[in-house]
Amino acid sequence: MEARTLPQAAAPRTWRPPRLIESGWTRWAVAVGVLAYLALALGSIEVNWTRVVEGVARAGRLFAGFLTPDFTSRWGDIQAGMIESLTMTVTSTVAGIALSVPVALGAARNIAPLWLYAVCRAIIALARSFQEVIIAIFFVAMFGFGPLAGFLTLSLSTIGFLAKLLADDIEEIDPVQVEAVRATGAGFWQVIEYAVSSQVMPRLIGLSMYRVDINFRESAVVGIVGAGGIGATLNTALDRYEFDSAAAILLLIIAIVMLCEYASSFIRKWTQ
Amino acid sequence: MPVVTSPAGQPIHWRLQTRSQQLAAWLGWLALVALTVFCWRVMTAGTIWAFVEDAPRQAADIFGRMLPPRWSYADRLWLPLWDTINIATLGTALAIVLGTPLAFLAARNTTPSTLLVRPIALLIIVSSRSINSLIWGLLLVAVLGPGVLAGIVAIALRSIGFIGKLLYEAIEEIDETQVEAIRATGAGPAQVMAYGMVPQLLPAFGTICVFRWDINIRESTVLGLVGAGGLGLALEASLNVLAWPQVTVILLMILATVLISEWVTARVRRAII
Repeated sequence: MEARTLPQAAAPRTWRPPRLIESGWTRWAVAVGVLAYLALALGSIEVNWTRVVEGVARAGRLFAGFLTPDFTSRWGDIQAGMIESLTMTVTSTVAGIALSVPVALGAARNIAPLWLYAVCRAIIALARSFQEVIIAIFFVAMFGFGPLAGFLTLSLSTIGFLAKLLADDIEEIDPVQVEAVRATGAGFWQVIEYAVSSQVMPRLIGLSMYRVDINFRESAVVGIVGAGGIGATLNTALDRYEFDSAAAILLLIIAIVMLCEYASSFIRKWTQ
Repeated sequence: MPVVTSPAGQPIHWRLQTRSQQLAAWLGWLALVALTVFCWRVMTAGTIWAFVEDAPRQAADIFGRMLPPRWSYADRLWLPLWDTINIATLGTALAIVLGTPLAFLAARNTTPSTLLVRPIALLIIVSSRSINSLIWGLLLVAVLGPGVLAGIVAIALRSIGFIGKLLYEAIEEIDETQVEAIRATGAGPAQVMAYGMVPQLLPAFGTICVFRWDINIRESTVLGLVGAGGLGLALEASLNVLAWPQVTVILLMILATVLISEWVTARVRRAII
């Protein structure tokens, strides 16, 4: 089509989307930096290719294991591990929630005095600073092998997770309701019950359900360092290259996690 | 709202719940407590309580051995630290490459087929998310042999589900009017995606990737415990020979790495939003 140029057509006729990084120099510098990093990083990886080629056959066996999982031959071990994992999940979630509610109240600046706020935020930072596995190593060294160490680990990390999110949530509540309840002459605990808890309860329930899910997944991990649970069974199965038993365990984990997610979405819908 | 009234019909006081609601809540609490006590008894059936009573002494013993840290050991940790950062970064990059198309296949408004492709994509996302990266590490060390490569693939396999899930939720929440407007100009599917969807998704995409990178830095510090390279490998080696002063140095290094990555993440996120 023959376009008729308008008299004042000084503006460019083609449009380009705005660039992600405005300055051309920065754009080039970022691109070169990324490429240099990739070259360095990929260059520093030592890969034993003969081992990898061997691994391809193993990967085939692993995927075959997923198609024909073997639940029966190690069923006793799997059952014991699952019972440990599930009981650990329940007890540590309950203990973790029970402990994290007071910590969360203490770590909310609009409720707690400054000294208590500092103490509770320090507890949260401490509980969050290390991975569950590292904490589990220490609890195993202190309390001996078994699910008790796993229970303590998961309870501690539940506090770090739940108390932080709950405290942030309490800090963001609507102060008008608190003011209104306090104006009726309510004491501290009455304010907490009628003005604070009613505002954060849906979120607390949602987070708790999410944490059940996380605790179950983590209970599969702490077993690797001897803190009980299905992880130990899985580790043994993989050490023996029994991929069909390992696949059975993994399928069970996936099924339970899916069940937890389904249940938690149901409960969240029901509470809101 | 239930109001308790006197026999004469005068309201006495107000309650939050009716009597049946109170009963139901009470029964719910009872069931929860009973379940917890039952689980506790099953869980601690095999516990040796003598070890538990001994725990404070053990703790004092371990912390006594951990101090003072053997600072000279830090010189041997730079290479594992570099490996750890590489595992996290390359694993995240691989997961972005694989997870982004997966998210578009899983989102209801972009998937080619709701009946066939979407359930498969969702199943991949759920499987990847259900299994912790340490367990992916165990699997991959068994398959590929110990080393950094197993760590990268483990991190990537765990992150695909995370990035896929958050991104497909973001895709489902985009503003359809912009997509409609681009389509109305006669744009093809690729152009609709490039001009109608991608600009809306970029901030969410950036936040998700940086967030996952931060998590991956944390996870890659312990992946070595199962043999997948990085700082965890040094931790495992020191724990095996009970070299507690070295463990202190490694833990402090992990803590410093995590704090720096958190700071970087916060800076990048502020720049994006």
